[in-house]
Amino acid sequence: MAKHSVSMTVNGQLHEGAVEPRLLLVHYLRDNLGLTGTHIGCDTSQCGACAILLDGEAVKSCTLFAVQAEGANLTTIEGIAAGERLHPIQEGFHAEHGLQCGYCTPGMVIAAYDLLQGNPDPTDAEIRHALHGNICRCTGYQHIVKAIQHAVATLRTRDAAVVGSAR
Amino acid sequence: MIPEAFEYAAPAAIAEAIDLLASRGDDAKVLAGGHSLIPMMKLRLASPGVLVDIGRIPELRGIRVHSDMVTIGATTTHAQIEQSGDLRDRFPIMAETATVIGDPLVRHRGTFGGSLAHADPAADWPAVALALNATIHATGPSGDRTIAAREFFIDLFTSALEPGELLTAVDLPYPTLSTGMAYEKFAHPASGYAVIGIAAVIGVDADGICRDCRVGITGAGAKATRADAAEMTLLGELLTGERIRQASGHAGAEIDLLSDLVASERYRAHLVAVLTARALRTAWERARPLAAKNDWYAD
Repeated sequence: MAKHSVSMTVNGQLHEGAVEPRLLLVHYLRDNLGLTGTHIGCDTSQCGACAILLDGEAVKSCTLFAVQAEGANLTTIEGIAAGERLHPIQEGFHAEHGLQCGYCTPGMVIAAYDLLQGNPDPTDAEIRHALHGNICRCTGYQHIVKAIQHAVATLRTRDAAVVGSAR
Repeated sequence: MIPEAFEYAAPAAIAEAIDLLASRGDDAKVLAGGHSLIPMMKLRLASPGVLVDIGRIPELRGIRVHSDMVTIGATTTHAQIEQSGDLRDRFPIMAETATVIGDPLVRHRGTFGGSLAHADPAADWPAVALALNATIHATGPSGDRTIAAREFFIDLFTSALEPGELLTAVDLPYPTLSTGMAYEKFAHPASGYAVIGIAAVIGVDADGICRDCRVGITGAGAKATRADAAEMTLLGELLTGERIRQASGHAGAEIDLLSDLVASERYRAHLVAVLTARALRTAWERARPLAAKNDWYAD
């Protein structure tokens, strides 16, 4: 089959290439771009290990073809930290033991990032609702909820500091 | 899992999509959000020769408010419906349903029109489209036409769309009476699909008489269906908790119930009755908050 040229911005960097239409976005990210932080779990749209942000919205990259992301702006787990400095959500997972094996964690962080963009002060129930599409077989979720609340507190303090310094 | 190879086209306009579908016939498949089709292709349950991606046609996406109805574009996502301020007041059942479809990540991609056209017997939107008396717009090589929701669902994964026809939009007419609506779903715990889903709309007059009653059932049979017998039990009657219980017993009477590893025929029949009672009761409470509550608690 004829290849299609695609161009998309991933973690702030423009990538161009030619792909078979049937190439899944998750394979493009992992195999073509070498961004292996995005995991393949169930491969059936259920587990959320492959979650990325597509134009700001969390989606399952195992259920999109790379050609569908033509022109899009993507963020993978590699684009969440600022260089060596972890994002507050990542810090939260570290501080609150939000992972054991870590396989689901990239997707969890992406889903949490998406949630906090729209709802900076979620209840535990809202966090659980937002993580409905992300499965963890280790933690029992309690520590993941705590990790995200940890991030909420960090971000609140930081925002307050920013507002304070702007005065 | 890797699908079989296919050709891909992403037209920018409806006419272009129709031409592509016409030229490739049965070999072509429409790609909207892809959250039913892509998993099927990965399992090789579907192997179309060409995918026509309608995700880049701007006129197919979005919610438009008119004086007598709301029109939802085919590629409007479940998430957009969930968050729509335009739908919240007139059609609260839309957000109520959207929020129990799949999960938040799936809702960012899955589309309203895609779900209807796919006609999955366990999908949520078909029941709601039936209960809201939706009108479905389709465009094909021989022009535009409209299809009433009642005429749209034909059989297992089979809609009234002709080969080469594209579902473009769905109209939801505004209710004219004091109306309440509710969606009740018993979801399969792993797949999230409806084992049974019931959408109920009830309109009452100033005396509390039921003048409008529409119940859509999904998950029970090969296709989503209106609960005619249950509706007839309520139309023209003064609503009471007892009458709603009676009506719910008739729900699903028209359906050849499925029996599979998810639920037996008998269990499905039970769920239909229970969930219909809940949906009708909630819709009724929302249509006439005080009257409904008093009566219900007096029973």
